[in-house]
Amino acid sequence: MKKFSKLSSVIALGAAVCVSAATAAEPLTVVSWGGAYTKSQRLAYSDPFTAKTGIKIVDEDKSGNGLAGLRAQVEAGNVTWDVLDILEGDAILACDEGIAQELDYEKDLNPGADGTPVMDDFVEGSLSGCYVPTIVYATLFSFNDKAFPGEKPSTIADVFDIKKFPGKRALEKKPDANLEWALAADGVPYDEVYNVLDTPEGVERAFAKLDTIKDQIIWWEAGAQPPQLLADEEVAIASAYNGRIFNAQVVENQPFTIIWDGQLYELDGYIIPKGAPHKEAAMDYLRFATDTQRLADQTKYISYGPARKSSAPLVDTHKETGVKMAPHMPTTPVNFQTPIKKDAEFWADNGDELRQRFNAWLVQ
Amino acid sequence: MMTNTVEAEGQLTPEEQKRLTADMHRSLRRKKFRALFLVAPLLIFIMVTFVAPIISMLYRSVDNPQVLEYMPNTSAALADWDGQEIPDEATFAALVKDLAEGRKNHTIGKAATRLNYERSKMRSLITGTARKAGRLKPPYKDKVIKIKAGWADIDTWKIIKRESKSLTASYYIAAFDMETTPDGEIKMLPEKERVYFKMLWRTVWMSVLITLLTLLLGYPVSYLLASLPMRTANTLMILVLLPFWTSLLVRTSSWIALLQGQGVINDILVWFGLVNDDNRLSMIYNATGTVITMTHILLPFMILPLYSVMKTIPPSYMRAARSLGATPFTAFFRVYLPQSVPGISAGAILVFILAIGYYITPALVGGQTGQFIGNMIAYHMQGSLNWGLAAALGVILLVLVMGIYALYSRIVGNNNQMTLR
Repeated sequence: MKKFSKLSSVIALGAAVCVSAATAAEPLTVVSWGGAYTKSQRLAYSDPFTAKTGIKIVDEDKSGNGLAGLRAQVEAGNVTWDVLDILEGDAILACDEGIAQELDYEKDLNPGADGTPVMDDFVEGSLSGCYVPTIVYATLFSFNDKAFPGEKPSTIADVFDIKKFPGKRALEKKPDANLEWALAADGVPYDEVYNVLDTPEGVERAFAKLDTIKDQIIWWEAGAQPPQLLADEEVAIASAYNGRIFNAQVVENQPFTIIWDGQLYELDGYIIPKGAPHKEAAMDYLRFATDTQRLADQTKYISYGPARKSSAPLVDTHKETGVKMAPHMPTTPVNFQTPIKKDAEFWADNGDELRQRFNAWLVQ
Repeated sequence: MMTNTVEAEGQLTPEEQKRLTADMHRSLRRKKFRALFLVAPLLIFIMVTFVAPIISMLYRSVDNPQVLEYMPNTSAALADWDGQEIPDEATFAALVKDLAEGRKNHTIGKAATRLNYERSKMRSLITGTARKAGRLKPPYKDKVIKIKAGWADIDTWKIIKRESKSLTASYYIAAFDMETTPDGEIKMLPEKERVYFKMLWRTVWMSVLITLLTLLLGYPVSYLLASLPMRTANTLMILVLLPFWTSLLVRTSSWIALLQGQGVINDILVWFGLVNDDNRLSMIYNATGTVITMTHILLPFMILPLYSVMKTIPPSYMRAARSLGATPFTAFFRVYLPQSVPGISAGAILVFILAIGYYITPALVGGQTGQFIGNMIAYHMQGSLNWGLAAALGVILLVLVMGIYALYSRIVGNNNQMTLR
């Protein structure tokens, strides 16, 4: 097996050498999350980039283990990724560890199409040294209408109320988001959640609240699972990434409803790995993909909010179905009334301990 | 004859004898070299793909370069610190120097991540201070404490001092559900924070259960295969091999389709009225799912060794036993079963060792009660990125398997001899 894959990689390498000798520029390797998300990036960023520069883009669906993969590549001294799509918290870690390229934002990125300077155009505080956010996405709860013929859940507290709204819950198998929601459901004001979670009593309180629904939880690990679990009626309510639910609602016509209350939003975007094999082209790609128009274009394919203010007025309709996108965006004001901003710094600091505690809680 | 040989040998002069011995040695050595040459490719392959990774895993589980390498001045300054009170100005100066340089070279994050494993918030304490360290002017002590109050906590310094050695036991301590207090005392974690020991124990007992189930299911099948005429047996063998050749993921997903709440088996049970529709059995995403699925997946590894041994047991032995008056029961237990023990032991050890290291199937169907220690190792490799802890858990699993194997081969080894007797 190992030998075979070595042999095939030698052949692949040979083929790659031949191809790159034939074309002028070598292809760029852009690593992202796969599925509908990579597709939206391909249509909005990569294909236009190739059309403009002639540089081909190779997609790799490895962002799920992005930081682990990047660390391993840097440690082995063999970086093969040019651009890496990564969450804000992991990007901060990568930057601190010196495995991501530092950026000079004013020079490396284009100002907004309306003339807004780079530093004012992106979500506040998100340009942290190496990172360029592209989207705002939310992890939130959604339910299958069939599960609740009468009164429907509409708040985080309802999700934790098994008596009033019976049925299984699907939650992501990590403490992130779940602990915040548990406190929110327990009556902690949303903007106080992280302050409470920063105390030992707050952690106890969150786990105690999760205990009340523990035997009703099915844990998911891949983003594609929750819409599937909802569609199969395996669960009544599921936490999910909002783009996945949008896809199920609009493209697959599933009877799902999103609970916008308590949506936990965070940023996703790009870093350039230190030692990227085609740094020049990667920087060009970064500049191109994160300009005002490209971020707005992406909303034609997926319901994640653009991370630039100047892109918001350009958001229009879904390409495939013609649906107006604004009502499906986590950042649209009517949906954005009671959100929780995921605190990437908090999780970078406390993640090790809370994950240990969470794993222990699962084993009990 | 005897005397002849002695006489013949006696005729050799001492020089001739010496030359003969040398010749023999040379030819033996050549033979050895040729044998070595033939196994060399395999040997090199195993060294590169098996032994070297294990050594590197052993090393990584104790390797601790981060603090020493990326905070060298602080480490040196703390070497003679007695741990009684907050370090002096010189140590703070060393700290500021390390932080400023680490910030510039983007290496301080590595030390910060390492220290955060020992205590939460160490990461932000270090990176937060490092961000401002470049602008500080002496004297440093009060200014640093003003940036982050954590520097006035003596435990912070004790942890840095402890982890500024190039080797550490802390990954093993964590892997045994223990912790080191800042005062250097090693104690068990509180009950509700313990993970690994429970996981390890669960992995062992579930693997034993799976091994017993495969034996229970596989033994009659192998017996049937071994006792049927060749043609029928070969046809039936395909039924064993077909799943064996099918992708692991396909088989696991098929079990999901069969066992889930809205799955085939539950639907049938509800249809027959054996189970209430609101009260469907939960057979997947828990320990039951893991046991059922893994038993099925590992069954061929039990059947094939059993079959190959049973094939060599002459059927006439059983007939002889019967003709000498044994009941079928006695004949089986006294004659057939002992002879099949080598197959049982080979199959059992194969299934057990495969099961104990499994992680894909438990990850897919295990839910929260059917996860194995392998899932924890994978999690620390890819999720938490604490590779030191992953390595320590891997080493513990390796030692455990070798221990069980040693124990097992002692017990079953004796059994084998008994059958031969």
